[in-house]
Amino acid sequence: MNGLSAAPQAADYIRILPEIVLTLFGLAIMLVDPLIDEQRGPKLLGWLGLAGALSALAATVYQAWFPGLGFWNMVQVDAFSVFFHLVVIAVTAVTILTSFEYLEIQQIRAGEYYGLILFGAVGMCLMSSAVELVLIFIALEISSISTYILAGFRRRAAISGESSVKYFLLGSFATAFFLYGVALMFGATGSTSMVTIKESLAAGNTSLLVYAGMAFMFVGLGFKVAAAPFHVWTPDVYEGAPAPVTGFMSTAPKAATFAVLLRVLFEINAPGRVWLVWVAAALSMTLGNVGALVQSNIKRLLAYSSIAHAGYLLVAFAALPANGIPAAMFYAASYAAMNVGAFAVVSHFASAGERYVSLDDYAGLGWRSPLLAATLTIFLLSLIGIPMTGGFFAKFYVFSAALQANLTGLVVIGVINSAVGAYYYLRIIVMMYMKEPREETPVAPIPLGLGAALITSLAVTIYLGVLPGRVLEYASRSAADLLR
Amino acid sequence: MAYLDGAILTLVTFLPLAGALLLLVLPRRDREIRFFTLVVTLFAFVLSLHLPVHFHRPQSGFQFELDVPWIPTPNIHYHLGVDGVSMWLVVLTTFLTPLCVLISWKSIHERVKEFFILLLVLETALIGVFVALDLFLFYFFWEATLIPMALLIGMFGHGRRVYAAVKFFLFTMIGSVFMLVAILWLYAHTTPHSFDFVAIQNAVRAGQVPNFLGAAQWLFLGFFIAFAVKVPLFPVHTWLPDAHVEAPTAGSVLLAGVLLKMGTYGMFRFNLGLFPEQARANAGWIMILALIGIIYGALVAMVQPNMKKVIAYSSISHLGFVVLGLFSFTTAGLEGATFVMLAHGVSTGALFMLAGILYERRHTYEIEEFGGLATPLPVYSTFFLFIVLASVGLPLLNGFIGEFLVLSGTFEARPAYSILAATGVIWSACYLLWMYQRVFFGKVTHDVNNTLPDLDFRERTALLPAAAIALVMGVAPLLWLNAIAPAVQTALTPFAQVASKVVSR
Repeated sequence: MNGLSAAPQAADYIRILPEIVLTLFGLAIMLVDPLIDEQRGPKLLGWLGLAGALSALAATVYQAWFPGLGFWNMVQVDAFSVFFHLVVIAVTAVTILTSFEYLEIQQIRAGEYYGLILFGAVGMCLMSSAVELVLIFIALEISSISTYILAGFRRRAAISGESSVKYFLLGSFATAFFLYGVALMFGATGSTSMVTIKESLAAGNTSLLVYAGMAFMFVGLGFKVAAAPFHVWTPDVYEGAPAPVTGFMSTAPKAATFAVLLRVLFEINAPGRVWLVWVAAALSMTLGNVGALVQSNIKRLLAYSSIAHAGYLLVAFAALPANGIPAAMFYAASYAAMNVGAFAVVSHFASAGERYVSLDDYAGLGWRSPLLAATLTIFLLSLIGIPMTGGFFAKFYVFSAALQANLTGLVVIGVINSAVGAYYYLRIIVMMYMKEPREETPVAPIPLGLGAALITSLAVTIYLGVLPGRVLEYASRSAADLLR
Repeated sequence: MAYLDGAILTLVTFLPLAGALLLLVLPRRDREIRFFTLVVTLFAFVLSLHLPVHFHRPQSGFQFELDVPWIPTPNIHYHLGVDGVSMWLVVLTTFLTPLCVLISWKSIHERVKEFFILLLVLETALIGVFVALDLFLFYFFWEATLIPMALLIGMFGHGRRVYAAVKFFLFTMIGSVFMLVAILWLYAHTTPHSFDFVAIQNAVRAGQVPNFLGAAQWLFLGFFIAFAVKVPLFPVHTWLPDAHVEAPTAGSVLLAGVLLKMGTYGMFRFNLGLFPEQARANAGWIMILALIGIIYGALVAMVQPNMKKVIAYSSISHLGFVVLGLFSFTTAGLEGATFVMLAHGVSTGALFMLAGILYERRHTYEIEEFGGLATPLPVYSTFFLFIVLASVGLPLLNGFIGEFLVLSGTFEARPAYSILAATGVIWSACYLLWMYQRVFFGKVTHDVNNTLPDLDFRERTALLPAAAIALVMGVAPLLWLNAIAPAVQTALTPFAQVASKVVSR
């Protein structure tokens, strides 16, 4: 307990620099909000939020030069945490860009909105660098509470309130599970520090408590990533939440939670990992895809698709660490890019009051707004997993990692599911290009912010699809860091 | 021109894509777009002629190879190369595409730019399938053919186009995921990990792939299902009639002419090339499926009231011959199978063009709507008869050589099958000539048909090359076969060993 007495050093603060930056900008937004006039307010706050995200991005890059533990071994900066910081913050920036137009059209008072997004990002960033279970819990809560509120931000729409309350009630329940798991783990190993737990488990501690603790933690985290059988909340919550927020919720917190899962399952080499993951992955893929087949609302469809994708990603968790970790990281990044992009298109097209979110509203979009439709098509093709898109290599790495661990059965379930999945993504493409519009739904021109958001996510999706080598190599290095 | 040898395949493959990208930024001036596409596709055809001209015929193995690393992890190479079989399939593709442009000149008058962009992208993907020697690259091009083809059907097709497009996409997609698993398995089990076809083939033959014996049957099936859907083999053929009937003419031409050959080419390259023992073990039921395809396809074709459906089912029947020949494992069988692929590409492509020409005039494919067309359309009916005769296998035209070789090859291996398959030749004469009779002979039954204009210059230009090639292929098949033979010999080498192994047991 030597470390506790010493005051934090400058190096300690560098280890949480992105979080500090995000918090400061978030606070600044909350402070400035009441001081500026209603008209120009939202835009200005948005720019402030964007500036915060970009500064945090810079802080992360800077932080990458100083890897190591900080704050009495509670946070660890390594290639792994930097990777997930970048994913989370990039998604945050894209979400903010998408929200400019959205808030204006939906006439939502901006204020806390951008602040909450930044605070949520703080929690998510911290989740990827925390190596102490209680801190992970706190980070999880920071991120969750922000998203609970964000989900209910379309205050005038009852469905949004329903979304928020549902998410809050079930979410708190799940976090309780996680906390319970942490407690059991503490009971079994006498510590909440991952390093100590790892040593204890490596020394042959396989008491029942460890298994129970593991299972409880998995339930809590499984809920957050919307993995079956803890996925039931997803469609309702995604449908009701504001579209940019749904895009945010389905990517950033998921990526962060997967980071936690990677640490918990792989770094401390949790016992019973393979079969636990096997079942959850197979269930998520199947239930997600089958559920998506019958949806007529695009947000619900993408919600089920996100359950399926959580399943594909979980396949990597059943593989051997050396292949599984990089595959999972790559998947998280490319899924984030394509899904946040798809939701950006959805939120643009939804128009005032989110009127146009039914699949039928997409009829003929290919001719009324060729650029937007082409963009959405690329994201959907990536979600299907067509070569030359990030989604292809993501699936590819995951499945080949699983094959190297001789999980042929799971891979076969996975590829059959991808074929099933192709159908419902294809339905949207068919709608856009092969159906005549039923009524002339208005399509607004693409504003600057949204354009930037789309170009960013498109560029990442295609980059990962054409030259995946560098990102994968980086992910492999982080995996090596994690397993050391 | 030797300096071209390394780059020629890349040029031929990506020239259409480059054209498509250029089209993307060109203004929407339909006439110029058509001319531009025609020039691009003709240029690609001329370039592709470099291959047969500079091909070293007696030499076995791949030629015009190019192998550069693309992605380090996973170990993916940009590895291209052709042998005698794939070379001709490339030329077939580049030959048919300009004809497709000509035939779509007037029939496509809306969204012209999109149509030709999709056509060019499709051409690149099709050529890519035949030249890729890296399994990943192969899979990539394989999947890449799906999207433009599905869009061509879905955006430019007839009545039930959306249904047909989705059905086509899903059938092929579901089939090919099994191939993906097989490819991934092979990658994971070779050391060092590799997608390279040649490297994997060598590793398999040298027995350096762990657990190969246990998995081989499944891997064989993984590849086979993907290819069988594409061929299409009975009973997974149901997407084909729908796709053909709804597709625009150019789509049908490329679908029948080239896309189906991706399946048989895949069987030749991968099922026979990587899994000779499993191919031999499974040949029995596969040949039976092929036989069913030949006879069933022909019988169903006979009763179709729709011209395009007749031709579509005739494709199922003809492609049955190809599969039969491939799995006879005889020189004649394989050479014949390859020759049928090419001949069918030319003659069925031409048949679809002819059907499309009629559709442009009458907007129907129903045979009932016609009758006695020989009187108002003499030139058209002459072309039609010529192509029909080529398709039914009249000696001195291209259909005869291939089917004869297949039948004689099959006779060496399994005489009974050959006899049954030979009835397919008779059936094909029945349904095509009967259709011809109903459409062209007798009195003109519908007055509108009296006023139909005969072929114009553009349409003759589109049909003449196909007819000419059908004749040349029938008269001088050796021009093609002498390049095909070494490739077939290479493919058959392991079968001789397998056979001797079986005998020595």
